[in-house]
Order: sequence, then C-alpha cells, then structure tokens
Amino acid sequence: MPKFEYAPAPESTSVVDLETSYGLFINGEFVDGHGESFKSISPSSEEVLAEVSEATDADVDAAVKAARTAYTRVWSRMSGADRGKYLYRIARILQERAREFAVLESLDNGKPIKESRDVDIPLAAAHFFYNAGWADKLEYASLGANPRPHGVVGQVIPWNFPLLMLSWKIAPALATGNTVVLKPAETTPLTALLFAEVCQQADLPPGVVNIVTGAGATGQAIVDHPGIDKLAFTGSTGVGKMIARSIAGTRKKATLELGGKAANIVFDDAPIDQAVEGIVNGIFFNQGHVCCAGSRLLVQESVADEVTRRLKRRIGTLRVGDPLDKNTDIGAINSRAQLDRIIALTEAGESEGAERWDNGCELPSSGFWFRPTVFTGVTQTHRIAQEEIFGPVLSVLTFRTPQEAVAKANNTPYGLSAGIWTEKGSRILWMADQLKAGVVWANTFNKFDPTSPFGGYKESGYGREGGRHGLEPYVRTGA
Amino acid sequence: MARLDVKKTYKLYIGGKFPRSESGRSYEVYAAAKGKAQKGTFLANAAQGSRKDARDAVVAARAALPGWAGATAYNRGQVLYRVAEVMESRRPQLVQEVRDAEGLTAAAANSVVSQAIDRWVWYAGWSDKFVQVLGGLNPVAGPYFNISAAEPTGVVAVLAPQESSLLGLVSVIAPVIVSGNTCVVVTSAERPLPAITLAECLATSDVPGGVVNIITGRAAEIAPWLASHRDVNAIDLSGAAGADGVDWGALEEASADNLKRVLRPAGTGTAAVEPDWTDTPDLSRLQAFLETKTVWHPKGR
Amino acid sequence: MSTPTDTAVGASVDATARARDLLGVSRLTNQALTTWLHGLPGVDQVGCEARAASLGTRSIKTTSKQWAIDTAISMIDLTTLEGADTPGRVRGLAAKALVPDPSDLSTPRPAAVCVYGDMVTTAKQALGPDSGVKVAAVATAFPSGRASMAVKLADTRDAVKAGADEIDMVIDRGAFLAGDYLTVFNQIAEVKKACGDARLKVIMETGELVTYDNVRRASWLSMLAGGDFIKTSTGKVQPAATLPVTLIMLEAVRDWRDLTGDQVGVKPAGGIKTSKDAIKFLVTVSEVAGDDWLDNRWFRFGASSLLNDLLLQRQRLTTGAYSGASYIADDSPSTAY
Repeated sequence: MPKFEYAPAPESTSVVDLETSYGLFINGEFVDGHGESFKSISPSSEEVLAEVSEATDADVDAAVKAARTAYTRVWSRMSGADRGKYLYRIARILQERAREFAVLESLDNGKPIKESRDVDIPLAAAHFFYNAGWADKLEYASLGANPRPHGVVGQVIPWNFPLLMLSWKIAPALATGNTVVLKPAETTPLTALLFAEVCQQADLPPGVVNIVTGAGATGQAIVDHPGIDKLAFTGSTGVGKMIARSIAGTRKKATLELGGKAANIVFDDAPIDQAVEGIVNGIFFNQGHVCCAGSRLLVQESVADEVTRRLKRRIGTLRVGDPLDKNTDIGAINSRAQLDRIIALTEAGESEGAERWDNGCELPSSGFWFRPTVFTGVTQTHRIAQEEIFGPVLSVLTFRTPQEAVAKANNTPYGLSAGIWTEKGSRILWMADQLKAGVVWANTFNKFDPTSPFGGYKESGYGREGGRHGLEPYVRTGA
Repeated sequence: MARLDVKKTYKLYIGGKFPRSESGRSYEVYAAAKGKAQKGTFLANAAQGSRKDARDAVVAARAALPGWAGATAYNRGQVLYRVAEVMESRRPQLVQEVRDAEGLTAAAANSVVSQAIDRWVWYAGWSDKFVQVLGGLNPVAGPYFNISAAEPTGVVAVLAPQESSLLGLVSVIAPVIVSGNTCVVVTSAERPLPAITLAECLATSDVPGGVVNIITGRAAEIAPWLASHRDVNAIDLSGAAGADGVDWGALEEASADNLKRVLRPAGTGTAAVEPDWTDTPDLSRLQAFLETKTVWHPKGR
Repeated sequence: MSTPTDTAVGASVDATARARDLLGVSRLTNQALTTWLHGLPGVDQVGCEARAASLGTRSIKTTSKQWAIDTAISMIDLTTLEGADTPGRVRGLAAKALVPDPSDLSTPRPAAVCVYGDMVTTAKQALGPDSGVKVAAVATAFPSGRASMAVKLADTRDAVKAGADEIDMVIDRGAFLAGDYLTVFNQIAEVKKACGDARLKVIMETGELVTYDNVRRASWLSMLAGGDFIKTSTGKVQPAATLPVTLIMLEAVRDWRDLTGDQVGVKPAGGIKTSKDAIKFLVTVSEVAGDDWLDNRWFRFGASSLLNDLLLQRQRLTTGAYSGASYIADDSPSTAY
C-alpha cells in the first residue's frame, strides 16, 4: 500500500460545449451531410459524445468545389502577408481555447490530459505560428524557382493526434497558398469540428478550409476526386499504399506519413536512468499509438538484465486510467478495434515464445484499456518485432555490437524513427549515419517541433512535414 | 586497300563488368534513318537485357550502395568530374555514336556531347553542396541540437530517355548518383549504343562497379520487374515517354507495393513527354532521390 | 516519528575495508576510486530535468496532502546558520520546534534543529531531553570546508561532545573537483569515526559541483565513505536544493541499497520554501526511491521558512480558510507588519 495516494484530479469538462450532432464544414459553414450519421464515443467510458455526419461522394464534391472556388477567387490572389495573418489569428485562438481543445481531445481520443494539455494542443498552435511566418517568405525557402501552390489539397489524418495532425497538414498547406479539404479520423472527429469554429472566429474566407467527416469511403472519395491536386495522408502503411496506387498515373502529388517499428537502442554506457525514461516515453507516450513509437527496445546484451529490471520497476509506477485525470500516465486505447488488434498481436507474441510481463495495474471496468506490457526474449522473426502493434507493448531484443544493433534496427520495411542511448559522441554520430530512419533521437525520444522535419524512409512513407522541408510538398516550382 | 576495322561488341554493364545478357539474346540496332530511307544502316547487335539481367543489376547496385553512399562527398564529386574528363577523351567516338543514333549533324552532335560532358561537371560540383543547401540546423523550442541532412534514397531504377541517347541519359544518371544512390538504368531501346560507350567511360573513371548498371533492351519488358522489385527504393520514369509498350501509370502503381519514390515523366495528364534536355537543369532531379534525416540530441552539461 | 533506533548505523564498519571489497581492489587508491566513480552511468541533464518536471505535476489527494504536510513538517531540520546567531535566537528556534503552531498542538515537531557547533549546548538545553527533536550541528569548517583535517575533526568532536545527535559535514569540493577523490573519501571516513553514535550527513554542495555527473559521483563517494545521509547544500551557495539534483541523489541511494543492502538518507537543503515544493520532493521520493524513504529517518528538508508555509497550508486544511502570516507564531518573523 503506497503511503501516497494521488487524487483523482480530473480536468473539468465544463469548458467543452458539445453539440449533440455535427454536420460537415463546407464553404465556411456547417451543413448537413447526405450520408448516415455515426457516433463518436469516448474510449474511456464508451459514452456517446456526439453524432457526426458521414460525408458522401456528393458531399466531398461540394467540399472540393468550395475549396476550388476559394482558391481561385480569394486565397491564391491574397498576399502572402495576409495569408500569414490569418494563420497567426488561428494560432492565437488555439492558444486562447487551449484548455477546451485539450479536454475535448482527451475525451474523444482517450489520451491523458497531461499530454493533450502539454503536447498536442500547444504544438498544434506552434505549427500555425511557425507556418504563418513562412507565408510571405516562400521565395527565401530554397524551394526552387517561383514557388506556387498546387491548388486544392486533400488531407486525411489519423486518430492518434487528431488536432496536432490537423495542424501539421493545414498550416503548411494554407501558408503556401493552397486550400484544403480535410477528413479527420472517424473515431476522433470532434476537435477538427471545433477547429472549424476557430476558422469562423478567425474570419478565414469560406472554402479555404473544409472539413468532411467519415470513414474509409469518405477518404477514398477525396483521394479519387479529380479536383484534388495534392494529397497528404498520415496513417497506416496499408492505406498509404492504396493511396499511392489510386493516384498512380495521375498528376496528383502525395505526402505519406505511415507506420513504423522503431528501434530504441540502448548501449552499455547509456545514461541509464534517462534511458529508462526514454524507453518508457518512447513506447507508452499516447498509449503507444504513435507511428514513431520506440516499439523495439534493442539493448546491449551485457546490460539487458539491468535495463529490464529498472524498466519494470519504472513501469510499475505508471498510472493507467481516466484520461482527464492530471495524474494519469496512460489513457484509454482509442477504439475496440484497436484494442482487439493489440490483444491479437500480444497473444501471438506469447504463442511464439516471447515472455510477457505487464505491470498488473487495475483497469477501469468500462472503456478500452491495456496494461503497459513488455515482452522479453523477443527475436527479429517474431511478429511482435515486425508488425506495428500501435499500443503500449514493448518488445525487448538484445545485440552485442554496434554493427549488430544497426543491422537489427534496419531489418524492417519501415524507416520512420530510431533512438540511440550512449554517452559516446562519436558512436551517436556513426549510428545516426547508419540508421535508415527519418528521425533519429539520440539520448532522447519522441520529441517534436514545428521547425523539425518529420517523415520516413522506405515503407514509412515519403515527404516531410515540419520545418522548411515541410513546405516543399505543397508547392510547385520551376518555369 | 583500306584496313578492315575491328568492330565493338556492345554488351551490358552490370556490377562493373560487361556481360552479355543472361538470356543470350541480342537485337539489331540501326542508325537513325536519313532522307527517304525507311531504316538507317546497321550499327551493331546490342544485348537484349532480360528481367534476370535487371535482377542481377539490382543485386550489384545494392552491394555497391554502402561504399558509394559512404564515400566522401569530395570523393564522389571527383569521380563525377573524372567521368567528364574521360568522356572528353572519347569525344570523337561519342560524337559519332550520337550522330548515328539521333541522326544529327556533326556540329549538333558535338554540341550534345559537350553538353553531356558539362552536365557531369555541373552535377559533380553539387556533390559537396546539396547537403548544405537543403539541410541545416532547426531552431527547435527546447534544449536540443536538431539537424536535418539529406541522404541518398538507395537503389534507383532509371528509365532513360528514348530520344536523347547521351545527353538525356547523362541528365538522368548524374543527379541520381551524385548524392550516393546507385542505379539500374534501362537505356533507350532504339538508341542504346552511346549508353554502352558511356558505361566504358564510367568503368575507366573510378566509378565503383555496381554504382551504375546499364541494361540495353526494351523497357516494356524490363521496367515492370524493376517497378515491382522490393529491393529498389525509387524509380525514375522519365524514359517512359515514347517507350514502346510502356504504361507509366502501371509502373507507378506497381511501385506502390514498397512505396518507391517515383519521379513521373514530364507532361500533363496521362501523357508522357520527353523534356528538352538542353534546358539548364535545376535541383529537382537530385532532390527526387533524397531522404531527409533529422537527428536530435539534448544540450546539457 | 523519531525512534530510538535513530542512531548511526555501521559506525563500527571500516569504510576503507568495505570500499576495497566493493571496488575489488587490494588497496584503496585514488586511481581505484576514479575508475569506479567514472564507471557510473552518466546523467543526461535534459532528460533528468524533464523527469523532475514531470514529477512536479502530480496532484495528490486531500487526505494524502494532510499526511504529506505533516510528514514534511516532521522531516524538517529547522535551521539557523548565521554569524549573528545568539543564544536567544537559538532558543527561539528550539521553542518553535517544540511547538510549531501554538494554535494547533497536534502539529508534529520537526526532526531536528540545525545549528553551528557552539550553539549545540544551547539548543540541547532548550529542547530538553525528551522532545524527540534532534540537534544537528554543522561541522568541518562549515560552509567552505577550507581548514586542516585536525581542525575539522576537532570541530566534529566538539559538537558531538556537546551532545549533537547529528553532524552535517561539508566535503572538500576543491579536492573533489581536482579529482582527489581519495582525500574526500578519507575525510568523510575520519569524520564518520569522530561522530561516534551521531549520524553523519555529508554535504556535497551540489551548486559548486555544477554537473549532475558530479552529483552522482559525489553521492556514491559519500555513501562509500560511510555517510548516513547525503545532503545537497550548505544553503550558502546557489543553486541549492533543486528537484533534479535531489532526483539524482534519490536514484543513488536507491541503487546503493540494491548494491549493498544498506539504506542511506537524503537531505535537500536550501531553497525549498513552499508546501507545493515540499510535496513535489515527497512525490519524487516516493516514485524514485520508494516509500521506504518517506520517513524522517531517511529524508529531511534543510529549511527555515518552509515550516511556516507548511503551517499555513495545514491551517488551511484544518480550518477550510486561507491563512496569513499573522496567524503563524514565529520568533523571527519574516514580515514586518
């Protein structure tokens, strides 16, 4: 029995004023969709939060047309300075309404309030601030001669960082002069719809941002729409490949941020307590619903037992529960379907002979939950070392030499991120050179910044988001 | 009586060697038709590359990748410049082959060869500059050192232009390899001979074996295997323009299986157009085959 | 909270022999100590500070808060270490320790009063024999530690002879920073012998050691040499007791116990002024070292103004209303009105 008890310290939900149902945001206003409505539930309680419209092909067509009109008549004619001012306005409103967004994000997504409050929402605002400044400086961005927008951009985002992914997509698209049709994930549409209100408050010209809700069919309608000039997608590698096939032979461009199976590599000379923190943050941040999660711990064999022991002790202090509780470290799994997938893969891990351990914490009775879990004795050929679990499940593998660590780290079709923990500077730089990953965190993990390009090698997708590089996919250049 | 000259056998270029096609096939190559003639004069029997030749070439390119990508930028720049030097020393041969292949006047062919040589020089100079130009320190909001740098994508399949047998060919190879990629090139089907002479230049100018692999033959036969090859990281479809039986959309679709980076052919809609290779290049072809890697490290005492 | 077992452990242990054993050397040399200390895992500053900051965001239950405030009060070494200290001031401090809040006699007493060696007798007399409040004396040419070993030992013996229950010594930071770990070790070990039954707190003056790597090494060196407590600071140097530094020290005592089975205490001192801060430290103790350290035998706050803020919060919890300085009886009040 611990001497200390943390209070349930729930963030008040009174800051969020939810409608019972939401339409689609097209041409600056909410309109009824023509499809069936669907429910967005809170994954921590399974309560219905709101009813949301499913956009049909016709609705998507209306959104694309609105975006096209806004592009030709308003947005492409506006000065970069004025576009930037709209983005600054949006950034400010996001800051003003940060608490409301954070609570809603935690309600709809299941992530702990300390993450939505301290990471998702502040970073979302920061992305708008960052890109706002680029809008009138594109000719200085080394993008090539005469940078100019594609036109109408279709964007499809995932459920793991709903508002943050929206900001990664919309901010650079608008800064470069494109207009947008965006579809949030079907399980987490609510902050995108609240963002639509922000666009209204900012007096953003109608049609510049259009938000259509729905599931895969709605996304496919965006991908296939002939009025779309460019696509940006974050999600699974499977869907990313479908999109790449769909636009093959057309002139539509695409940016794809897809899956990962990152190696987090711990050497025997690592700053061990920080490495343990980094391992924990790497896999349990956002319930492991992170494409760049450090899901494969590669630990040098000479310190494997020591690291595992410390890791388990640390995981024992993690608190799983109410996402709105400020003391919660790990929230709810986003959906029943995702929980089922995590369960299936962990069962495969056990049946393939890896040793399973979890922290044995109590779980709430309703909602979707999974204990922080560690598999030891994992080898590269186990499914849990190859497939993206997208949950709070860590696979521990060992290595003997830096060469072996690199070989194992790169032994995957993915290439999104990697972690290195060692006090030896030259080894960090050598490892960083060798790793086939778009983001390499050395002696840290899961850090994000609007100025820092993010994106993968190999089957983790192509294109970069963030930084100067993040502008490139949104402009045409040359004569 | 004039001396009977010794004719060259044109073979493939794979892994730094000049093998015949594993299929044992060859095909007749003719000079561009002149005047009213239906067909030009017979030039040579070129090797007709097969899917297995392409497969072998990918193995060679993959094997050459670590060494070439790991070479210093200065070294790669010198090697590319050396290609220009060697081509200059073979100018008469290259001019003759371009004349034959493209039906140009001597002056025009000379100009094409000059531009092809100059293109190597242009790209050679980029080897130790593009990383600086395209990357740098990112001012993140926290105590972290954060830097982004461009790296080569890996093994690149290249469909070389059908029309421009030397300048176009150089214009697609140089931007791929200058950054450290290795490549497998499918040449113009009807104008393959300058490519093999270029291969001889590459082989004698310190370009490591396997960095550039050249297969003569029909793109329609070979390209689908490269597009679907899971150990190829990127594909340049520029040469789809005018290539008999090649559907670049289908190649792009096949490339999606392992999410290859695809450089589409020029043109609008489904049409593929061969660009004017005499235009001054920009960085776009080089950039098409780069990955940006971003490294974070805390700053502390 | 004080217990009769609250005396130094292992006073009779030969620190040098144990060190030889732990280091696996036949003779304890500076080289051997250097190799051992420099073989400790490094500390990444940014990661360490991020972890400390995240621990600072925990929110605790109201009932736990009550417990935490009382525990924090009981962990205080109520301190006065001024050149201007007089018997009157020390008696005032002792009286405050005996009755921290005259408006609520259920308020626990602090663990100790901490004074200069020449004030030990005064403090002892003022506290009486059965108060449970210890007397801690700073010694070894506090705060700089710049004196000969003979003087440092005499300083220690004087305080012990005068009845000090605990000795707060300073390490020779100059020797530490010069890499002369053996000197630091020997000084601690000798002072430890001079302490007899008094418990020894080893002040590392982390503000002068600057890096977390140094803090970790100094912590291990102090424990190896026989310190019963490792303590951050004299209070005379800024920065003093920061949460990240305390985090490093808590990791050190946790790992030391894993290695040797012996428990060593931790005392952050200087700069902890508010209840909110104190609770952050207790959360850190609980999550990093574990609940075994949540007791004034193993964790102390070196502080003076902290007590009054804890009393304010305690009154707030008892009465339900926010309180003010006029309701905190103090012999040396910090506000003039």
